[in-house]
Amino acid sequence: MAPHPVDRPLISAHQLTKQFGDFTAVGGIDFEVRAGEAFGFLGPNGAGKSSTMRMIGCVSPPSAGTLRILGLDPAADGPQIRGRLGVVPQRDTLDEELTVRENILVYGRYFGLPRSVVRERAAELLDFAQLTDRADSIVEPLSGGMKRRLTIARSLVNNPELLLLDEPTTGLDPQARHVLWDRLFRLKRSGVTLVLTTHYMDEAEQLCDRLVVMDGGRIVAEGSPRQLIAEHATREVLELRFPADDHAAYAVKLDGLVPRIEVLPDRLLLYTEDGDTTAKAVHDRGLAPLSVLARRSTLEDVFLHLTGRTLID
Amino acid sequence: MNAAQRVARTVPIPAGAGMARALVERNVRAYKHGWITLLSGFFEPIFYLFSLGVGLGALIGEIDAGGGRAVAYASFVAPALMASAAMNGAVFDSTFNVFFKLKYQKLYDSVLSTPLGPRDVAVGEIGWALIRGLLYSTVFLFVAAVSGAVESWWGLLAVPAATLIGFAFAAVGMALTTFMRTWQDFEYVNLAILPMFLFSATFFPLATYPGVLQWVVQATPLYHGVALTRELMLGDIGSGILVHVLYLAVMGLAGVIASAHRVERLLLR
Ligand SMILES: Nc1ncnc2c1ncn2[C@@H]1O[C@H](COP(=O)(O)OP(=O)(O)OP(=O)(O)O)[C@@H](O)[C@H]1O
Ligand SMILES: [Mg+2]
Repeated sequence: MAPHPVDRPLISAHQLTKQFGDFTAVGGIDFEVRAGEAFGFLGPNGAGKSSTMRMIGCVSPPSAGTLRILGLDPAADGPQIRGRLGVVPQRDTLDEELTVRENILVYGRYFGLPRSVVRERAAELLDFAQLTDRADSIVEPLSGGMKRRLTIARSLVNNPELLLLDEPTTGLDPQARHVLWDRLFRLKRSGVTLVLTTHYMDEAEQLCDRLVVMDGGRIVAEGSPRQLIAEHATREVLELRFPADDHAAYAVKLDGLVPRIEVLPDRLLLYTEDGDTTAKAVHDRGLAPLSVLARRSTLEDVFLHLTGRTLID
Repeated sequence: MNAAQRVARTVPIPAGAGMARALVERNVRAYKHGWITLLSGFFEPIFYLFSLGVGLGALIGEIDAGGGRAVAYASFVAPALMASAAMNGAVFDSTFNVFFKLKYQKLYDSVLSTPLGPRDVAVGEIGWALIRGLLYSTVFLFVAAVSGAVESWWGLLAVPAATLIGFAFAAVGMALTTFMRTWQDFEYVNLAILPMFLFSATFFPLATYPGVLQWVVQATPLYHGVALTRELMLGDIGSGILVHVLYLAVMGLAGVIASAHRVERLLLR
């Protein structure tokens, strides 16, 4: 295994495109992922995140553009690249005919690792995934969170340099998510490069050094979570709910109060530098919202601003 | 670049990492949890041998095995049962089992995200069907020999012959399975298998058919499997054997290549 030169990006994509028939799932995107960073793809359903991840995972040939992973070309060197990747697909593809431990053993053998090595790795990884006490049970009856942890443990059997995680925590309860985040932090500290997709803003803010926001197969923004918020949102957001079905009517009454107002079906979002002052100004106009909430801006607001839609429909 | 790589670049065979054995190993492990299904494969042809060969054979007595040579019915039918069992086992493994793994279990999706490629999937699954077939036919040949239904030491070669039959049918079976959409489509498999089982000169000699039908029978793959196994077990060695071997080998290779292409088309898009 040749060491990868530090100065070259681990992944570089130029005008990367994926078409299914006439339909363009990924429409010519450019990005680079550097060694050791955690890079995120953020976007709503159908944005093209999984299609991009599958191309990086060398299981889906790009329709156009160039893609280099670990300095290699997936079209020519798929097996070599895949040998150095860990893949956590959006939907678990565990082997339900095997036990928890066997899932890791067998998967390790797919990488050509010797039996003694996979046995040792399996014991470590079961521990890492907190599944040691279920090691010899069949996979099928495990809970969703356990399966997800096993999928992640399995993806690490070959000590990957690059770990691809497609919505790693979707469907997990909050506690399980935090356990997983903790595991991912530890991996990152040990030098593994993480590429992940998510439509959870908090996840992106927690995990990603850098991210791109995708929508309709294109990249609509790029940067660190902090940069994106600074660039595309104000410091704070004031959320107002009114006792009415049509919030747009209230937006008119608040016209001119703040630089930007977003109308959602159930509430108004007022973008402001200071939520409390704006709340007072709303009252001064004689309006009495059912609820008032001043909060810091998040990536969700960035997304809303960029695409005019919420992330989770 | 070594010779194998050079061949791989010129012949349009989908990529593989030469790691098919890892998939075979996976199947062996999975079978350890469901070994009962392995057992049924042993008994079915042996039951047929006793009911038809020994039981019915007592009523029939001797039969003309071609070329005016009269043999006991058990010796006539045993090779056919062995060949048919090889076909049935291979088809079962490479259709139902592969369909389940392909459509429901999504096994190959995870396999293909490792260094293994579509060719490894095809070779691994078909190879596994062969290993099971090899086990079954060895046991069957032993039982047949003990019951006096094997006439020649050439009969030992019936085991590799049955493996070749398994290869041909497993490969084509897997290729066809990749086209199937629902479990109903498997009725077509039965529709092809049953007449072959009954009419490939299995239970009565080819000469029983009128001229044109003989040609039809001789075009089917199981006929070549039955004839090959029978000629070996009766010690009736001639150049015809090469034709049977060639027919089955070409069928198997075409099936492997087609399967690999289809796995690639279905999963790597
Ligand atoms: N194999 C395929 N054949 C045809 N269309 C596809 C295929 N895979 C994905 N698509 C389409 O491409 C678009 C992008 O899908 P993709 O799975 O990449 O989105 P995503 O961002 O991962 O969405 P989600 O958040 O729902 O997982 C979708 O409209 C989807 O229907
Ligand atoms: Mg997705």
